Amino acid sequence: MTNNFSFEINSLLVALPEIFLLSSIVIVLIIDLFLTSKFRQATYYLTQLSLMVTGILSFNLIGHPETVIFSNSFILDNMASVFKVFITGSSMVAMVYTRHYLLQHSLYRGEYFVLVMLAVLGMMVMVSGYSMLTLYMGLEILSLSLYTLIAIARNRSIAVEAALKYFVLGAIASGLLLYGISMVYGISGSINISDISAFAHDPSINSRDTLILNFGLVFLVIGIAFKLGAVPFHMWVPDVYEGAPTSVTMFLSTVPKIAALAMLVRILVDGLGSMHDYWSDLFLALSLLSISVGSVVALMQTNIKRMLAYSTISHVGFIMLGFVTGVVSGYGAAIFYVLVYVLMSLAAFGVIIILNNKGYEADQISDYKGLSKNSPWFALVMLIVMLSMAGVPPFIGFYSKFSILQEVVSAGFITVAIIAVVFAVISAYYYLKIIKFMYFDESDKDETISAPMDIKLILSINGSLILVVGLFPDRLMNISMSLL
Amino acid sequence: MMSLWQSFVELIHELIPWLDGGIATVIIILIKGIALVLPLIIMMAYMTYAERKVIGYMQLRIGPNRVGPIGLLQPFADVIKMMFKEIIFPTKANIYLFLLAPILAFVPAVAIWVVIPLGEGFYITNLDVSLLYVLAIGSVGVYGIIIAGWASNSKYPLLGALRSTALLVSYEIVIGFVIVTVVMVAGSVNLNEIVEGQKGGAWNWYFIPLFPMMIVFWISALTETNRAPFDVVEGESEIVGGTHVEYSGMCFALFFMAEYINMIMMAALAVLLFFGGWHSPFEGLPYLESLFEFVPDLVWLLVKMSFFLFLYLWIRATFPRFRYDQIMRLCWKVFLPLTIIWIFVVALMTQLAIGPWF
Amino acid sequence: MEFEQILFYLFSFWFIASSLAMILSRNTAFSALFLILSFFSAASLWLLLEAEFLAIILILVYVGAVMVLFLFVIKMLDIEDSTLRAKFTGYLPIGLGVAVIVIAEMSLVLGVDQFGLDVVPQPIRHASDYSNITELAMELYTIYVYPFELAAVLLLIAIIAAITLIHRPDKRAKKQSIEEQVNTQAKDRVRLVSIAPYKKKDEQ
Repeated sequence: MTNNFSFEINSLLVALPEIFLLSSIVIVLIIDLFLTSKFRQATYYLTQLSLMVTGILSFNLIGHPETVIFSNSFILDNMASVFKVFITGSSMVAMVYTRHYLLQHSLYRGEYFVLVMLAVLGMMVMVSGYSMLTLYMGLEILSLSLYTLIAIARNRSIAVEAALKYFVLGAIASGLLLYGISMVYGISGSINISDISAFAHDPSINSRDTLILNFGLVFLVIGIAFKLGAVPFHMWVPDVYEGAPTSVTMFLSTVPKIAALAMLVRILVDGLGSMHDYWSDLFLALSLLSISVGSVVALMQTNIKRMLAYSTISHVGFIMLGFVTGVVSGYGAAIFYVLVYVLMSLAAFGVIIILNNKGYEADQISDYKGLSKNSPWFALVMLIVMLSMAGVPPFIGFYSKFSILQEVVSAGFITVAIIAVVFAVISAYYYLKIIKFMYFDESDKDETISAPMDIKLILSINGSLILVVGLFPDRLMNISMSLL
Repeated sequence: MMSLWQSFVELIHELIPWLDGGIATVIIILIKGIALVLPLIIMMAYMTYAERKVIGYMQLRIGPNRVGPIGLLQPFADVIKMMFKEIIFPTKANIYLFLLAPILAFVPAVAIWVVIPLGEGFYITNLDVSLLYVLAIGSVGVYGIIIAGWASNSKYPLLGALRSTALLVSYEIVIGFVIVTVVMVAGSVNLNEIVEGQKGGAWNWYFIPLFPMMIVFWISALTETNRAPFDVVEGESEIVGGTHVEYSGMCFALFFMAEYINMIMMAALAVLLFFGGWHSPFEGLPYLESLFEFVPDLVWLLVKMSFFLFLYLWIRATFPRFRYDQIMRLCWKVFLPLTIIWIFVVALMTQLAIGPWF
Repeated sequence: MEFEQILFYLFSFWFIASSLAMILSRNTAFSALFLILSFFSAASLWLLLEAEFLAIILILVYVGAVMVLFLFVIKMLDIEDSTLRAKFTGYLPIGLGVAVIVIAEMSLVLGVDQFGLDVVPQPIRHASDYSNITELAMELYTIYVYPFELAAVLLLIAIIAAITLIHRPDKRAKKQSIEEQVNTQAKDRVRLVSIAPYKKKDEQ
């Protein structure tokens, strides 16, 4: 047998975070198998350790010159490294809350943490994907882990229903995405982002090629919109958010958004950047619909998880607006928005998880009545988060919305910006409603809420970050702008 | 043997010179197919005779001895009896599927033989992925049993079909892994090339480096063909006769034939994969090689196959039936880890180039 | 017409017919069987395209394993198909409308104008010693090794997911512990009690 395949181990070092994470997943999986119930917590600590090391390894790769390995299917650039650090970091934060939740709801199982690590691996693959195939594989690794995580509360029919709904719609979205990829591949002859980009940028491209690229593009955009949960492909979002165990909702509403954004950048900006005129119209429609439907429908929700689902939809609309501009600073603003959104959403769900008592889901908005009397500190954090999400000035949520709108205006879409602002004001109503419940209503039950020290600490840091970064947003803004 | 085969093909070309291109190829393939299937069916018929005779002697009986000298015409008597029996349709059975099931069991069993080489250059078609073809078509055979169980609309057939589905799907994985080890040693998925890799005497045969795999393969083969001691699909003492309960006459005969043809196929596969196929065990030995030179390829293959076919009967006469969960445990907890470990062993052996096999 | 073309049209017809029959059949078992038939036709078409590995794998995986389990499930379920059909007719107009639009768009974009033989050249036939499986392996284990590994991760998740969702450490399960059986001593099972013989008073 001839052996004409050679690679150097050194060149694989840029994929070290992924390799380390995969190895530790397998090791944790095997260790978990032999753990007696006395040492069950070990899985959690091992998971945190693996995620931390992965994060550090990714951090060390920041500033590494742009490298492409595995025959053009894996890219390491600053965006990838920074996103990986954020992904592992926010997953670690989510895990702190998650353990508390799982123990309270007797869902604690080793597989949960393994699946979360696999989801993180999928996101890292997406962030570093430089061919349609790897992007898709990363997306599937992420989605499959999430489906399972939702269904892990298999005794609750609402969770199983949510998982099934997510699974079926996710499969349809994957199908559409794959169909789009096949069209792009069929006409450009390659699945590598760089080759597709070269093909699409070629000035001698004829109208037939453009037509078919466009055809594929529509399916790509629909597939991505499905995954992001943009209107009109948002039907699954509220049901999944409500049905999933709160810890899973927290995870799936935050971290994957970073990876999805990276995928958007890779496919649409890096790959099909020259087709911007075609996809920006689609994005404009999607984002305006998302902002309006998300803001208006959220007003009528009584379940806080559903309300946050619709609020996510409107946030997604803002993120997509950043892509409509078609300039690098617009994409930077979108990245900034996503990072801010993750920060806020983690804190919001953190408070929800803390309010969960044994076996009881505090997911009605009325559960927040009089929270300021019972536990003023948590109420304060929630206040900060809600104000920030509504876009009230000193908090960071204001700057994220502001930078997006600034880019939109400077790109000439003044009407769009006005519509977005109007709906942002409308959406402020339901954020303020929660604040009103917390501070001006009397509680019908009278118990102080206690939480373990680690959660209190993390939540406090998280809440104060929203304020501190809000006061000094330049640093994060500069990072976001420098990534592209 | 090969020259005989070649001259046979040329003869066909001479007989029908006005045909050429695709149609001629199809006709030649069809004739080849008939030339293969007829001996196969006769072989199958005498396999049933051998079974009754061998088990008879093992149990200190004589076995069939009335029809013809020492009962040699017994299979023909059976065939004639089967053909004249009435085919009974259960009242609420789904008639189309009920009739489709025996066909679906029989056709794949025969179709596999298309790629099985019986000697050097002696095959119907030389498919590049012939081993995978054997696996694929072999896995289709299970539909006969599933549909029979479902279409009969009766409880014992359904239980038998459920058992067989789980059993066959599980053991196919094991067989797949075993075949992976063979492919790793041979470096090919073409049965001809696998056999050619074992040229040059018995010490070149793959059963030596793959000895545990050979055992696993054979036990899985017993399961795949629903033979004792793994015949829970029929399980006369538990579920009467499994999927065959409602079938009579030729419909039953097709199931029966499919089972025996599959047995012969598994024996042939064991020989091809592990025991050097049609190669003489004495190749390369100074005196014995020339002594046995006159023996044709096909005879060596048949001799080796006969041993395995005898093994079927020997095992059936010796072991009591396994319980269903025991078979499943054997598959998932013993064979599967063992085969996976052996894949790594083979990889190591290949890398270090141990012995004459790699 | 070339013999190969006849085969192509035969298999294509079979493919389309069995796919339609799968959708239109009222009996779920028939639907599954028609799906298997369409898999076979697709595999035959692939064979004509010299992609024998794909063809065989399609049969091995889908027909040999996936559809077997599918039929297994169909056997276990009692599917009430009148309720399914009631919804089917309700959604039919919308579905039909969407289908017509999609077909119209696709035929506009993917028609002969764009992908005809004059635009896209016919693929070259390979010599008879061309080995599809070797070529595939060469590509798969060198250029596409990264996606290949990712596919392995995906399968790992599938295994973990299946076990996580299905496995219940059920205490009611009747399991046989062979170790316990073998290690059992006579004294664990039989209690020998020595009782002094006596007679009842009234018999004396």
